[in-house]
Amino acid sequence: MSEEPTPIVSVRSVSKSFGPVKVVTDVSFDLYAGKVLVLLGENGAGKSTIIKMIAGIHDFDSGQILVDGTPVRIPNTRAAEALGIATIHQELNLVPSLSVAENVMLGRTPKRLGMVNRGALRRQAQDALHRIGLTIDPNTRVSELGIAQQQLVEIAKALSINARVLILDEPTAALTRHETRQLFRVVEELRSHGVAMLFISHHLEEIAKIGDSVVVLRDGQRIAEVPGSTPEDELVRLMVGRDIDDQFPRRRPDATDAPPLLEVTDLSAEGRFSHVTLTVGVGEIVGIAGLVGAGRTELLRAIAGADRYDSGTVTVAGKRLPPGRIGAAIRAKMGHVPEDRKRQGLVLQASVNDNLGFATLASTSHAGLVDFAGQRKRATAVAEKLRVRMHDINQAVGSLSGGNQQKIVFGRWIMAGSNVLLLDEPTRGVDVGAKVEIYELMNTITAAGGAVLMVSSELPEVLGMSDRILVMRGGRIRGQFRSDEATEDKIMDLAARGGDE
Amino acid sequence: MTTTTPTTRKVHRFTIKRFLADNGALVGLVVLGLLLFIATPAFLTGQNILNIGIQASTIAILAFGSTFAIVAAGIDLSVGSVAALGAMAAAWMFTDASLPGWLALIAGLVTGLVVGAVNGAANAYGKLPSFIATLAMLSVARGLTLVISDGTPIKTPPVVSFLGGNIGPVPVPIIVLVLAALVASFILNRTVIGRAMYAVGGNAEAAELSGINVRRIRVIVFALSGLFAAVAGLLLAGRLDSAQPQAAVGYELDAIAAVVIGGASLMGGYGKISGTLIGALVLVVIRNGLNLLNVSSFWQQVVIGLVIALAVGFDVIRRKTRSS
Repeated sequence: MSEEPTPIVSVRSVSKSFGPVKVVTDVSFDLYAGKVLVLLGENGAGKSTIIKMIAGIHDFDSGQILVDGTPVRIPNTRAAEALGIATIHQELNLVPSLSVAENVMLGRTPKRLGMVNRGALRRQAQDALHRIGLTIDPNTRVSELGIAQQQLVEIAKALSINARVLILDEPTAALTRHETRQLFRVVEELRSHGVAMLFISHHLEEIAKIGDSVVVLRDGQRIAEVPGSTPEDELVRLMVGRDIDDQFPRRRPDATDAPPLLEVTDLSAEGRFSHVTLTVGVGEIVGIAGLVGAGRTELLRAIAGADRYDSGTVTVAGKRLPPGRIGAAIRAKMGHVPEDRKRQGLVLQASVNDNLGFATLASTSHAGLVDFAGQRKRATAVAEKLRVRMHDINQAVGSLSGGNQQKIVFGRWIMAGSNVLLLDEPTRGVDVGAKVEIYELMNTITAAGGAVLMVSSELPEVLGMSDRILVMRGGRIRGQFRSDEATEDKIMDLAARGGDE
Repeated sequence: MTTTTPTTRKVHRFTIKRFLADNGALVGLVVLGLLLFIATPAFLTGQNILNIGIQASTIAILAFGSTFAIVAAGIDLSVGSVAALGAMAAAWMFTDASLPGWLALIAGLVTGLVVGAVNGAANAYGKLPSFIATLAMLSVARGLTLVISDGTPIKTPPVVSFLGGNIGPVPVPIIVLVLAALVASFILNRTVIGRAMYAVGGNAEAAELSGINVRRIRVIVFALSGLFAAVAGLLLAGRLDSAQPQAAVGYELDAIAAVVIGGASLMGGYGKISGTLIGALVLVVIRNGLNLLNVSSFWQQVVIGLVIALAVGFDVIRRKTRSS
């Protein structure tokens, strides 16, 4: 029998309320050297509040946090750093215009006679980068790096202040598979160096790869602590609190001989995509798989009229659309759900009512005046139909959860009566429960004779929901599969290296 | 009804605290009025109230135009110069081009509209930030005013001078102010264009992808700002019976201050005409009160600056408490 190791950080029965609302109730867990603990829970389950308490951003109301067995108070982030606790937030905290070295050593820039000691700066930064096996030139500007590398720079920065505990808040949310693998290698490296890690992720399939154990949270309470090898279905059940029979409930309507609803012919745009030809039939969902940078988003935007293209045609229900005209696409009953709902989809400070109505503002107006009463009625009906969880139609959209925000972007097109939907990463950052609701919505649209063209980087989603799958690489469509013949390996093979061209 | 989650945070209840937080500028104005009423008997007299109204009319109407720009996440620095140019154009059309007075008046308004549209086009199609486009126009419009007038005042047509007069006991500028407020408020709240301004200011990309023609809206925003500036310029000229080449210098800053005191955000997406009106009144009442109390105009500038800083600082705190 080996001796029980002492945890580096112990969270003991911690609770936290904001006003009258308890967001974290009586949660306990331990972080051990060289172990990765995954915090799992839907949005609003209390994960970020817990992280913020350990990182010194929020104070806790009751309970204890112990570091090396001693109860501590962590009043601010500086105090957390002093205890060896570093946090990598979702929004990266780097200065884009400074070099990698300057960022890693920010606030601790080595000086000589009041001036920056460039040699020492470079050396110390290089050491920090080496520790996680990163081989970028420390003189590179951070703005020239991709998100994944920026994240690794941030980890290097955290470790250069001798962090023993690393908190990673959804680090893989914006990463490609390749970048995720690189991050995981770094995590392995840190594990072998005895760093304790607290990992937050929405991607269930990552948990088995990386986590030693999983603490499942629901409504601010600890539901269970299970080993990292727990099957996904079981994790989902614990997280959601009920069984989700089918993560991808695709029901394809019977095939018709109707002509395709969306036809794209030989569409090309210099430097973005070339010679793309595709059709989406009545009742069909076509998925487009590929790596980031394959030109999928660019293609979708061009079809939607958001960007111009050089040659080729886009035809909806037999009608050819003029290039670069969003208004014309909308009148042809096409709707576009962009990849970043906060930046491209929603006016966050505006109400649910307003956001649902933007696409129909002009078409429902009378003599240039907004039809407020009608809009409110229609928006209320759509919000009800999509089961948007809110307390008021005048609530600001920014205060809704990710899944509900996404439903609002969808709802805008339901209100506009769109039957051709272009979806770009439709469930990114959305809870499991809300994901299934969005999939059901796609089913409803296709059952009503609509068509869906979906770009997604989540292969299980592409495989689970599409009737047909196109694979893009380097701006071209490299092949297609029927959903029953496609596998992750076949798709990745075509997306990454390219089979027959 | 829509479903509600157990994690619903905010319960809307009427509390005095919330009312104060939502109507800070109005409360400030009332408190200001009370203090001045106590401090000097000259404040609450019919004549002084009318004076305040007349003085507020110019700033408020300029500020209504600026409200459009600021709601749409832009800024219009040229309104002072455009006001002067609009009035000067009207006066010149009347005296030098011998147009009938009412046509000259319309020409002045059209001048403002067109100059504003140029601002908007430079911003929307020329990709100049509105700050730069209107900073350039601040100089260009003032220069054109001086060129047209050769640097000397030009007499205004009778119809413009009428704008500086009274109807019965009521000064015309106050009537115009009320009309302008109603029109501006109607545009922002009721029209498709007005609602689109909030969308463009809140998130231009989302607005564009929803089918709103963002560039067209930007042109309209600045054209309206120019039009309102011309109205203000004509009122100002009417009071002096002449268009002055140096009229309304620096007024753009008062206009922006009024909008900001009124609760709009320079980040775009927020702002109300009622707020802007209150903001303009706050500025004018402070100046008026300090004059009545014989405070030097040097110190007045210090006070005004502090009020702007306080108002915005208060607003930042208010937004924080609202979002948490």
